[in-house]
Amino acid sequence: MGQYVVRRLLIAIPTLLITSLVIFAILALAPGDPLAQFALNPAVPEEVRERIREQLGLNQPWPVRYVKWLQQVSQGNFGISFNTKAPVLDLIGQRLPQTLQVVGLAYLIAVLIAIPIGIISAVKQYSLFDQIATFFSFVGFSVPSFFTGLVLMLVFAINLGWFPIVYSSTLKVTDWDSFWQQIRQMVLPISVLVVQQTAALTRFMRSSMLDNLTLDYVRTAKAKGLTDRLVVMRHVVTNSLIPVVTLIALGIPTIFAGAIITENLYRVNGLGQLLITSINNSDTPVVMALTFIFAILTVIFNLIADVLYGVLDPRVRYS
Amino acid sequence: MSEATPTLDTPLSSAGVERLQQLSSTLAVKPRTLLGDAWRRFRKHRLAMLGVALLAFLTLTVTIGAPLYIDRFARISAEEGAPLLQQNPTLRDATDHLNFIAILAPPSANHPFGTDDLGRDLFVRALYGGRISLAVGFTAMLIAITLGSVVGAVSGFFGGTVDQILMRITDLFLSLPGIPLILLTVYLFRDPVIKAMGSPEAGIFVIVVTVIGGLAWMQTARVVRASFLSLKQKEFVEAATALGVSRASIMFRHILPNAMSPIIVAATLEIGTAIITESTLSFLGVGFPADTPTWGRLVTDGSQYLQGAPWLALIPGFLIFITVLSINFVGDGLRDALDPRSRL
Amino acid sequence: MNHKRLWSWLPVFAALALLLAACGGAPPAQAPQATEAPAAQATEAPAPTAAPAATEAPAATEAPAPTAAPAATEAPAAAEPGGKLTILYWQAITILNPHLASGTKDYDGATLILEPLARFSETDELVPYLATEIPTVENGGIAEDNTSITWKLVETNWSDGTPFTADDVVFTWQYCSTPETACTNASNLEPIETVEAVDPQTVRITWKEPNPNPYISFVGPLGMILQKAQFENCIGAAAISDAACQAANLAPIGTGPYKLTELRPGDTALYERNPEYRNADSVFFDEVEIKGGGDAASAARAVCETQEVDYAWNIQVPKAVLEPILASGNCDPVAGGSFGVERIVVNFSNPDPALGDQRSEPDQPHPFLTDPAVRQAINLAIDRQAIVDQLYGPTGYPTCNVLVVPAQVNSPNTTCDRNVEEANRLLDEAGYTLNGAVREKDGVRLVVDFQTSINTLRQGEQAIVKANLAEIGIQVNVKAIDAAVFFSGDPGNPDTLNKFYADLQMYTNGPDSTDSQAYLSSWQCSEVNSSANQWNGNNDGRYCNPEYDALFAEYAAEFDQARRAELAIQLNDILVNDVAIIPLVNRVTPQVKLKNLEGPTYSTFDSVLWNIQEWRRVP
Repeated sequence: MGQYVVRRLLIAIPTLLITSLVIFAILALAPGDPLAQFALNPAVPEEVRERIREQLGLNQPWPVRYVKWLQQVSQGNFGISFNTKAPVLDLIGQRLPQTLQVVGLAYLIAVLIAIPIGIISAVKQYSLFDQIATFFSFVGFSVPSFFTGLVLMLVFAINLGWFPIVYSSTLKVTDWDSFWQQIRQMVLPISVLVVQQTAALTRFMRSSMLDNLTLDYVRTAKAKGLTDRLVVMRHVVTNSLIPVVTLIALGIPTIFAGAIITENLYRVNGLGQLLITSINNSDTPVVMALTFIFAILTVIFNLIADVLYGVLDPRVRYS
Repeated sequence: MSEATPTLDTPLSSAGVERLQQLSSTLAVKPRTLLGDAWRRFRKHRLAMLGVALLAFLTLTVTIGAPLYIDRFARISAEEGAPLLQQNPTLRDATDHLNFIAILAPPSANHPFGTDDLGRDLFVRALYGGRISLAVGFTAMLIAITLGSVVGAVSGFFGGTVDQILMRITDLFLSLPGIPLILLTVYLFRDPVIKAMGSPEAGIFVIVVTVIGGLAWMQTARVVRASFLSLKQKEFVEAATALGVSRASIMFRHILPNAMSPIIVAATLEIGTAIITESTLSFLGVGFPADTPTWGRLVTDGSQYLQGAPWLALIPGFLIFITVLSINFVGDGLRDALDPRSRL
Repeated sequence: MNHKRLWSWLPVFAALALLLAACGGAPPAQAPQATEAPAAQATEAPAPTAAPAATEAPAATEAPAPTAAPAATEAPAAAEPGGKLTILYWQAITILNPHLASGTKDYDGATLILEPLARFSETDELVPYLATEIPTVENGGIAEDNTSITWKLVETNWSDGTPFTADDVVFTWQYCSTPETACTNASNLEPIETVEAVDPQTVRITWKEPNPNPYISFVGPLGMILQKAQFENCIGAAAISDAACQAANLAPIGTGPYKLTELRPGDTALYERNPEYRNADSVFFDEVEIKGGGDAASAARAVCETQEVDYAWNIQVPKAVLEPILASGNCDPVAGGSFGVERIVVNFSNPDPALGDQRSEPDQPHPFLTDPAVRQAINLAIDRQAIVDQLYGPTGYPTCNVLVVPAQVNSPNTTCDRNVEEANRLLDEAGYTLNGAVREKDGVRLVVDFQTSINTLRQGEQAIVKANLAEIGIQVNVKAIDAAVFFSGDPGNPDTLNKFYADLQMYTNGPDSTDSQAYLSSWQCSEVNSSANQWNGNNDGRYCNPEYDALFAEYAAEFDQARRAELAIQLNDILVNDVAIIPLVNRVTPQVKLKNLEGPTYSTFDSVLWNIQEWRRVP
C-alpha cells in the first residue's frame, strides 16, 4: 500500500504538468482579452493598450509564456494579477478564510446531514420520512442555486429582516456580539449551499444503502441473530459508503474552487468570486493559479479516495 | 450477482439445453426472460409508471399539443388589442409576440402561466422552450452517463495502466476551468459543426449537448469505477471468469447491472443540471440565440422578478422539477425491476 | 423501536433547532435598525439653493431633474458628525493607483484618497481641488495663443504630513509619460510638451501645439496626482514589478478627505478620516467602507429594503425589477447627466459569411443598409418610448442624438418620433415589396442579424426592436455575445463589436470629456475598421461621408468654444439625419441612497463620489 501511494504520487507529477499545459493553452487561446475593459474608451488608444500588453508580457507567444510561468511556479511564485498588479498568492490568501468558513462549513454540514438522511431513507424506504426527504432533495437539485439564494434572501433577509444580505469580509470577531454578527451573515449563504449539496449526497447514500440491504450477507447476518440496527450500522453502512466516499472526497477540492453563484449573490467574495471575476476579466495569472491548485487538490483527494476504498473494502486490491 | 445466477445454476449440457428449449417451445406459455421479468416488475412499480406518464405528458404537450394552442393564443391576443402580425403564426412567432397591454399579468384563463415584463405569454414560451430543454436534458444526460459508465467500467474492471491513464484523464477534465473551456470549444467548433449539420439550429444543438455532456461525465466515471473495483472481486465474477465468459460480457452483462444504482442517481441529477447548464451557455452567448425561451433561461430571467412576479421563475422551475422527479421515479423503478431479488 | 424513531428524526430536530436559534437571535440584532427608522421620516427639505442646471440638461425630452439639490446646504438640524458610511459597488475595487487602473470602480475608490487639480461637477463645470482657481484666458491662466496653461496650487499636506508641491504634479507627468509605466491615461498627457514647477505653488503646462482643450490633463478621474516620495522609484517597468511599488499601487498616499486603512482587492476598501486634509473639520464621516461584488439588483435591495448600506452605485436593472425595490420608500434614486447613449450601429459593409475573409471589409458595400430609405425606415419603426417605458424606467430617456453632453452640444434640431406608416411608405417607394412576412427587392431579402452583449436590458431591447421591425417587413435574428468577448477588440475573434460581423449592433458609448472632439473623431473615413488596421479603428459601422470629414476638420481647427459647440451639433445632426447610427436612449446611471444621507449627486465626466467630502448624515 505504501508503495502504491508512492507510485501514485510519482505519476501525479507528469499528470499535473500536462494538466497545467492544457489549462494554460485553453486560457491563452480562449476568446477574451484582459484589456477588454478599455475597448470603448477613447482615452486608451491602441498604442497605450499595446504598451500595457507589453508590460504584462502578453506580447509573447503562449508557449513562451507557459515556460516562464512554469519557471516561476517551481519557485513558488504564481506571478502577479493583471488587475491588481499584486502577487496572485496574496489575493488567494485573502480570500481563503471566507471560502473555508462559508463553503467549507457548508460542505461539512451537508455531509453530516446527508449521510444519516440517506441511511434512514433507505432503511425505511417509501416511508413518510423517505418521501419528504426525496421531495426536498429533488427541490435541491432541480432548482439552481441562484434561485434558492434569491428566495432565501427575499424571505429571510428582506421580508423577515433576520439576516443581512451583504457579507462583510472585514468583520473581526472579537466578542460575542461580533461572533453573533458573523454567524448571522453566514446563515444564508451556508443554507443555500447545504440545500444543494445535501440533495445529491442523500440520493447517492440512499441508493447505495438500498443496494446493500438486499444482499445475501445481510440476510446471513440477520439469520445469525444480529439485531437490525447492528447489521445496518456495522455492515450495510460501511459497505454503502464506498461510492459515497468517492463523491465526498471529490467534493473537497471543489470547496477550494469556491461557490461562484452563492458567493457572488451574498458578496462573500471568496475564491469562487475571485475565479469568476478573473475569468471575466481574462486575468490569466489568477485563473491559472486557482485552477492549478484545484488540479493538485483533485489529484490528492482522488488518491485519498482510492486508499479509503481499501480500508472500507479489504477485497479491493491495489494493482 | 443477479444475472450471474442463471449461468451458475445451469448444470445442463448443451444437448440438455436444446431439449429444454424444445420442451418450452411446445408449451404455449412464453418463456420468462430476464428482460420480460424486469418489464413485469417495472409495470407494477406505481411511481415508475407515474414518472413515465408525466414524461409522456410533458413531451406530447410540447410537441403535438403546442401547435394546437396557437389559434387560441392568436384569438386572445386579438381580443386584448394586441393582434399577432403574421397570418399563420408559428409557435416561434407567438413566443416573440409582445403585448404591452398585458404586462406582468399573473396566471389567468387568458395567460395560463402569466406574462413577462414585455407582455410575452409564458405558457407559449414554456411550450416552445420545453422542446429544447427536454431534448437537451435527455441527450446531454445520455452522453454524460454513457461516457461516464464506459470510462468507469473499463477503468475499474481492467485496473493497472488502463485505469491509471483513464483516471488521470478524468482528473484532467475535473480540473479544467469550465467557462474558458466552453468558450474556446464553441469558438473553435461552432462554424464547422453548423456546416456539417446543415442548419444552425441542429449545429447549435449538437454543440450544446456535447459540451454539457462532455463536461459532466467525470463524477459518474469515478462512482462507477468505485463500484466496479468492489464488484469485480465478488464470487459471481470469479465464477463467470472460470466459465470462460468473455470480459466484455462480464463487464457489461454481469457487473454493470449491479452498478446501476449510482448510475441512475447520476442520470437523474444530470438531467436537471443539463437543463440549467443550457441556460448558462446562453448566458455566455454560446448556446441557443438569446431570445430562445428555454426552461433554464426562463428560470434565470424570471428570478429577477421574484418580488413582483414570482410566477415567472416558479412555473418554469416547477416544470424542471417535475421532469427531474419523473426521471427519478423511472430510475427507481428500473433499479427495482432489474434487481431479481426485488420483492415486486 | 421508540429509540430508533427518535434517532431517525434527529436531523430534523437539529434543523429545527438551528432555525429557532436563528429566529430567537434576530430581535437584538434588529434593534439598531429600529433606532435608525425615524430618520427615514425626514422628508427632503425644500432646497432653497437653486437646483442645478440639470433640468435643462441632458435628454431631448423634458426629464424631471431626479435628484435633490446637491450638497452645500446648511442642513437645519445637522446630525452629529462621525460614524461610518457604507457604499456598495457591484464591481469591486482592484487597485487604487488610478493611472494603472482599469475601470470606474478603481477611479472611484481612488477618489477618496487622491485628488486632481480640478474635478467636474454635476453641471459639467470645473471645480478646483488641488488648484486655487480654474485658469482661464481672462484670469491669465491660459496663454492667449493656447500654448500653455498655468495652475496655482493650494497649500496642503499629504496624509503622511509632508507638503504637497508643484514637484508632485511634475512627477505625475514624468511617471505617466514614460511609456514603460503603461499608464492608462497616457493619451490625456500626450499633448504635453513639458510640465514645470514655476514655484512650489505654481505649475505650468506647455503644449506641443496650441490646444483647444486645455483642461485635458490633471483634471477629473484620469488626472489624479501621485505623491512623488511614494512613487519615485516606480517609473517604468518597476511600476508593477517592484514589490514596494505593488504595495504603493494598492495603498497610495493622498491629499484627499480620507486615507486608506485596508484594501482587499476585488472585495473591500476601508478608509478613515485624513487628519491632514485641508478641510478636515468639514468632513462628516469618520470611516468609509466600499464593498464590492454581487449584482445591481441586490445592491439596490441592500439600500432600499434591508437598509444595510447607505449608498449603491449604478443600479441599472430593468424597470420591473427596480420599481418594487424603490417603492419601499427608504431610499432615493440619484440620477442625471449621461452615462452614455445606447445606440444601434448600422453596418455599411457586407457581413455575409459567404464573402470569407472579405467579410465586413469597407470595400464590400452592404446590400441594403447602404440604401438611406432602409436605414430611415428602421429608424422610424423603432419604438424608443416603449424601450424606455418598459425597460429603462427612471434610468434613461429616449434621445435622437449621439452627442447629448455637455448640455450646450445636445442638438435641439433632431426629431425621431415613431412613424410606422412613413417607414412602410419609404420601403414601398424604394421598391422593397412584401413576400410573405419579409420584404425583398431583386432577390435581396430584408433579414438582419442584430447583435449585442449579454444583459437582461439589452435582450429586452432586442425583443422590442425585433417586434418593431417585423411590422415593416424586416426580419431580425438576434444574437447576444458574452460582454468579455463582444468588447474585447480581439482581432482573432469573429464576435467583437470591432469586426461587426452582423448588420446591426447595439451598445452604449459617450464622450469621456467635456470636449467632444475625441468622441466625434470616430465617424471619420480614416477611422473605418478593416483588416488593414486589425479592426482597431474607432468606426465600427464603417460610415464614410466626405461632408462629415470636411466639417470635422473645420471643427478640429476651431478654438472658439461657442463656435466649437455649434459645429459639434452640426456633426451630430449629419450622423442622425443620415442614420449612420440610431441613438435610442440617454442612460443616466442611477445610484440609490438612503433618505438620511445627503450629498450624493452625479457627474457625467467625473466620479460619482467626486464630492464625497461633503456627504453627511441628516436626521
